[in-house]
Amino acid sequence: MIRFIASRLFRAGLTVIAVMTFAFVVLRLSGDPAQVLLGPDVPQSVIQAFRDRWGLDDPIWTQYLAYMKAMFQGDFGLSMRDRSPAIDLVLQRIPATLALTIPALILQLAFGIPAGIYAALKRGTLADRGVIVVAIIGFTVPSFVMGLLLVLLFAVTLGYLPSGGASTWQHAILPIVTMSIGGIGVLARFSRSAMIEVMGQPYIRTASAKGVKWRDVVRYHALPNAAVPIVTIVGFMVGSLIAGAIIVETIFSWPGMGRLLIVSVTNRDLAVVQCILLLVAAVMVVSNLIVDLLYGWLDPRLRNTAAAH
Amino acid sequence: MTPSTLAAIPVKRHRPRLPLTVQLSLIWLATMVLCAIFVNQLRPYEITQMDLSTRLAPPGTPGHWLGTDELGRDVLSRLIQSIRASLVIAFGATILSAFFGTTLGFLAAKFRGAVEHVVVMLADFQAALPFLIMALAVLAFFGSSMLLLVCLMGFYGWERYARITRGLAISASAQGYAAAVVQLGAKPSRVYLRHILPNVASTLIVTLTFPEIILLESSLSFLGLGVQPPNSSLGNMVGFGREYLTTAPWVMLAPAVVIVLTTLAVSLAGDWLRDRLDPTL
Repeated sequence: MIRFIASRLFRAGLTVIAVMTFAFVVLRLSGDPAQVLLGPDVPQSVIQAFRDRWGLDDPIWTQYLAYMKAMFQGDFGLSMRDRSPAIDLVLQRIPATLALTIPALILQLAFGIPAGIYAALKRGTLADRGVIVVAIIGFTVPSFVMGLLLVLLFAVTLGYLPSGGASTWQHAILPIVTMSIGGIGVLARFSRSAMIEVMGQPYIRTASAKGVKWRDVVRYHALPNAAVPIVTIVGFMVGSLIAGAIIVETIFSWPGMGRLLIVSVTNRDLAVVQCILLLVAAVMVVSNLIVDLLYGWLDPRLRNTAAAH
Repeated sequence: MTPSTLAAIPVKRHRPRLPLTVQLSLIWLATMVLCAIFVNQLRPYEITQMDLSTRLAPPGTPGHWLGTDELGRDVLSRLIQSIRASLVIAFGATILSAFFGTTLGFLAAKFRGAVEHVVVMLADFQAALPFLIMALAVLAFFGSSMLLLVCLMGFYGWERYARITRGLAISASAQGYAAAVVQLGAKPSRVYLRHILPNVASTLIVTLTFPEIILLESSLSFLGLGVQPPNSSLGNMVGFGREYLTTAPWVMLAPAVVIVLTTLAVSLAGDWLRDRLDPTL
C-alpha cells in the first residue's frame, strides 16, 4: 500500500512538471518571453534586467532550469494590465470562483448520485424514466444555453433575480444553478449505468439467493462495486467545474478566475494565462491523486499494478 | 411509450423494433448529415449576404423562415452552414480521440510496466488541464483555423477512453474467457480485438465524446475563440445572438435548439446502442 501511494505521489509530481514544461515550450514558441510577459511599452532597461534575471541569453536548458526555479518560487511575471505580479491578480479572484464552484459541486453530488442509484434500482419504472429524461436534458443543454435561458426566464421575463454582477447573494443563484445542472445530469446518468452493470453481476444473484436482505445486498454488495466508476467520474467533474466556471462567469459577469482568464486570453496577457494554467493544473493533480488513492482503497485489485502477469 | 416497452422485452431481441425516441433521433441525425452534405443546395442565401432593410425580422417573414439577424442575414442559411462546420469538427475529432485512446488503453493493459506508466502519465497530464483551458491557451497563441480546431478537439477525451479501456481490459484479462483464448494460442491482437473489445464496447459507447465535442466547440465559439467570422458555427451564432436576447431571441434560440437536439439525439441513440450491444442487460 505504501508503494502504491509513493508511486501515485511520484506521478503527481511528474505531471506538475510536465504541465510546467508545456507552459515553457508554448511560451518560447510564441516569441521573446521578455516582450510577451512584460508587454510592449516597457523601457529597454527593464527588459534587459528581466533578460538577465531570467537568463534569456543563456543556453535553452539553463533557461529551462531557471524557469522552473522561478515557477517554484511563485514568480510568474507581471500582468500587462497594471504591472502587478500575475500571481496576486489571480489569487484575488479565487474566492469569487470558489463561491460558485463549491456550492455547485455539493449540489451535483447531493442530487446526481442518489438519483442515478435510485433510477438503477427502480429500473423500468416511471421514476427511472423521469430521472433519465431530467438527466439527459441536464446533460445535453450546454451551460451557455442553459444560462441564457435562465436569464431570459428569471431575470428578463419574471424579474425575480439579477442577470449579472456579484453584489448580493442573489447574484450567485443563477450562476450556481447553471453550473450544477449539467453535472447532476452526468452523474445521474453515469451512476445509473454503473449501478445497473453491478446489479447484473453473478455475486449479486448469489447474495440474493443465499437469503441476504435486499437492502443489505444493495448496501454491502452492490454499492462498493459501483463506487469505483462513480469515483472516477467525480474526479473528472472537478475539471468540468473549472471549465464551467469560465463560461458561467462570462455569461453572468461574475468577477472570478474564469472571467480573468478570458479577458487575459483576449488581451494576450500571457503571464496571467500561464499562472492560471499552472494553478488549475495543481488543483487537478491533487484531485486526481485523491481519486487514485480512493481507487486503491475501494478496489484492492488495482493496488498491485504487477498482479496480472 | 408502447414501442419502447416492447423493445425492452428480451424475447423481442431477435428483431427489435426501434423505440420511437430512437427512431426520431436517427431521423434528426440523418437530417443533420444531409444538411451538412448538401449545404450549397439547401441554403437559400449566401451566409454573408446582408439586407439592412430587413434587420432582425422575426421568424415567419416571407423569404426568411427563421428570421434575420442584426445585419439582415438569413438565420436559416447561416444555421445550415453552421451545422456543417460543427458536425465536421466534431466527427473528425471524435474518431481521432476514440482511436488513440482505445489503442493506448489496450497497450497499457497488455504490456503493463513502463508502457503503462507512460500512458498513465500522458493521461494524467491531459486530465491535469481542463481541456477548455488548454484549448483557450493554444488558440490564443496560434490563432484559429478549421484544421487546428479539428486536431485540437481530437485531443479531447482520449485519456478517458484510455483510462476506461485500460481498467476494463485489466479486469477482463483476469476473467476466465480471456485466459481461455490465450491458452488456446490466440495472438494478443486477437484476444484484445475479438474478445475483450466487444466486452468493453458498451462502456466505451457510453463514454462516446461526440456530443461533448459538439458542446466544447460550441463553447469555444461562443466565447469568440473557436470558428471565426465570416465562417459560422452553432456556438458562434449563439454568442452573437446573445446581444439580442431581449429584442430578437430567435437569433440565439435557433442554433441553441439545434445544438440541444443534436446532442440529445446522439445520446439517445448511444444509450439504445449500448443496451443492444450488451448481452447481459
